[in-house]
Amino acid sequence: MTLDDRASPLSPQALGFKRARQLKEGAIAAVMFLAAAVGALTTAGIILALFGETVAFFREVSIVEFVTETQWTPLFSVKKFGIWPLVTATFLTSVIALLVAVPLGLLAAVFLSEFAHPRVRAVVKPVLEVLAGIPTVVYGYFALTVLTPFLQHFIDLSLFNGLSAGIVMGIMILPTVASLSEDAMSAVPHSLREAGYGLGANRAEVAFRVVMPAALSGIAAAVILGFSRAVGETMIVAIAAGQNPRFTLDPTVPIMTMTTYIVQVSLGDTPYGSLSYRTLFAVGSTLFALTFVLNIASYALVRRFRQEYD
Amino acid sequence: MAAGTGTLRRSETYRPRLGIRRTYNTIATAIGLLAIGAGLAMLAWLLIETGLKAVGWLDWQFLTSFDSRFPERAGAKAAIYGTAWVMAFTILFSLPIGVMAAIYLEEYAPEGWLKGFIQINIANLASVPSIIYGLLGLQVFVRWMELGRSVLAGALTLALLVLPIIVVATQEALRSVPPSIRDASYALGATRWQTIRHHLLPYALPGILTGNILAASRAIGESAPLITIGALTYVPFTPEGPLDRFTVLPIQIFNWTSRAQANFQHVAAAGIVVLLGILLLMNSGAVLIRELMRRRY
Repeated sequence: MTLDDRASPLSPQALGFKRARQLKEGAIAAVMFLAAAVGALTTAGIILALFGETVAFFREVSIVEFVTETQWTPLFSVKKFGIWPLVTATFLTSVIALLVAVPLGLLAAVFLSEFAHPRVRAVVKPVLEVLAGIPTVVYGYFALTVLTPFLQHFIDLSLFNGLSAGIVMGIMILPTVASLSEDAMSAVPHSLREAGYGLGANRAEVAFRVVMPAALSGIAAAVILGFSRAVGETMIVAIAAGQNPRFTLDPTVPIMTMTTYIVQVSLGDTPYGSLSYRTLFAVGSTLFALTFVLNIASYALVRRFRQEYD
Repeated sequence: MAAGTGTLRRSETYRPRLGIRRTYNTIATAIGLLAIGAGLAMLAWLLIETGLKAVGWLDWQFLTSFDSRFPERAGAKAAIYGTAWVMAFTILFSLPIGVMAAIYLEEYAPEGWLKGFIQINIANLASVPSIIYGLLGLQVFVRWMELGRSVLAGALTLALLVLPIIVVATQEALRSVPPSIRDASYALGATRWQTIRHHLLPYALPGILTGNILAASRAIGESAPLITIGALTYVPFTPEGPLDRFTVLPIQIFNWTSRAQANFQHVAAAGIVVLLGILLLMNSGAVLIRELMRRRY
């Protein structure tokens, strides 16, 4: 900057300044590139960190036991390493979350995209987004101290259970499902809606028979991403779903998800390099692989959707 | 619509179903409203229940005391200091790196596989569960870099976690700068960096700041990755430096929630009100910044 002001473009000094400036520009570009490379390095770091300890884990525990055994007792004297109780618990709470979030989220999205006045949408949408900004530990607290006691009035429920954790998790992912589905529906070309109205259809008919089918792949992407969020969610299930690895799909009893296991072990003192330290990474790898597949599927669906209408 | 139905009513074929179809439309509208109402009602229920439980427990003593075995004496001092320490370092790392990465992607990177690869990576990182970042931090920062279970290790972990949010927000802010500004600067002979430094960044600043505040409010509520790297749950001291051990508000709330004595539910509620209060302040700040700075252009 100041260099340019001082130097006349014709002076012999100017050449030197020009080179200095080029060097500076090059250095800045290199620094910017390094910053962007952190993104790629993080992915590599995650895979490396998980992979090393997971391989070490499978040297001590057979992979066959990991995927066929139905008991998970790595911290007991009789150690069993079957991932299934953790997987079923994760699956159970996530499906309950979807049962809450998909109908509510889709209806909210249809309403905001097809029925609501733009001014109503401008107010309601940010308020709904607040649900996504609440720390998950707060949701966990709510599930354990408010929702579970409330549900106990109606059904026989343990203090820790998959049901209220799942319901609250559904509320948490509601904005994700609603917001992404709304994006998908807003992207449906207006000509399709107008064709529907032109044939005499009313708003509800256009919304459910024209717009929703047309936005289906985008909606599917939203649901899959919501599922992925629920699978990876930690504090709600760690607080409200219990810490008992059980091979069951009963939503009323204490269970233990993959994420809860990681929290439970982390809260204790696990020596570096011990087998229980490595179980963290074996469970983490399973979780990462699962969410990775879901995220890729969601991403592919969004792309397909964008291609259809761009 | 109203005009259309007037003509339709005269037609023989439409008359028998028109009532049903109208009811269908009304019911659909009502159900949509109910769905949104249900979401908002849950939010209200959560806030009211927690707020009521905190009444009488959230006082000066709570903010200035350390944790205790006795609910009446328990306070959030260590957690508030820990949160401040961790957040300061998180922003210190994530803001420059995130903004620079976005500048690279928007202003420097040539179109091609490398840009696409970095972009996909960042998109994917945004949906990796936060607890996986905890495992990354545990292995890389706590073990390999031997930072211990310190403020620094926690901040680096959270910085990676929020990096995608900052990159995406900054990219959007840069994209919203009118091309004419970029062209005018280049036409006057400015270099790429001069254009970025003097024209694009000032213009995109409100968007960048808003994105960073949103990223910080995500980081401030995170507990799972910090538990995984081994942040403490009972801390009777405040951190004195970046290599000290620490706790943060969400972990302290988690800890209180899991204690047996019923009165700790009230202590946890008080902690939640403090945490939500900080988040509310930050988000209002974001809105304010956006509104105040927008007027300059």
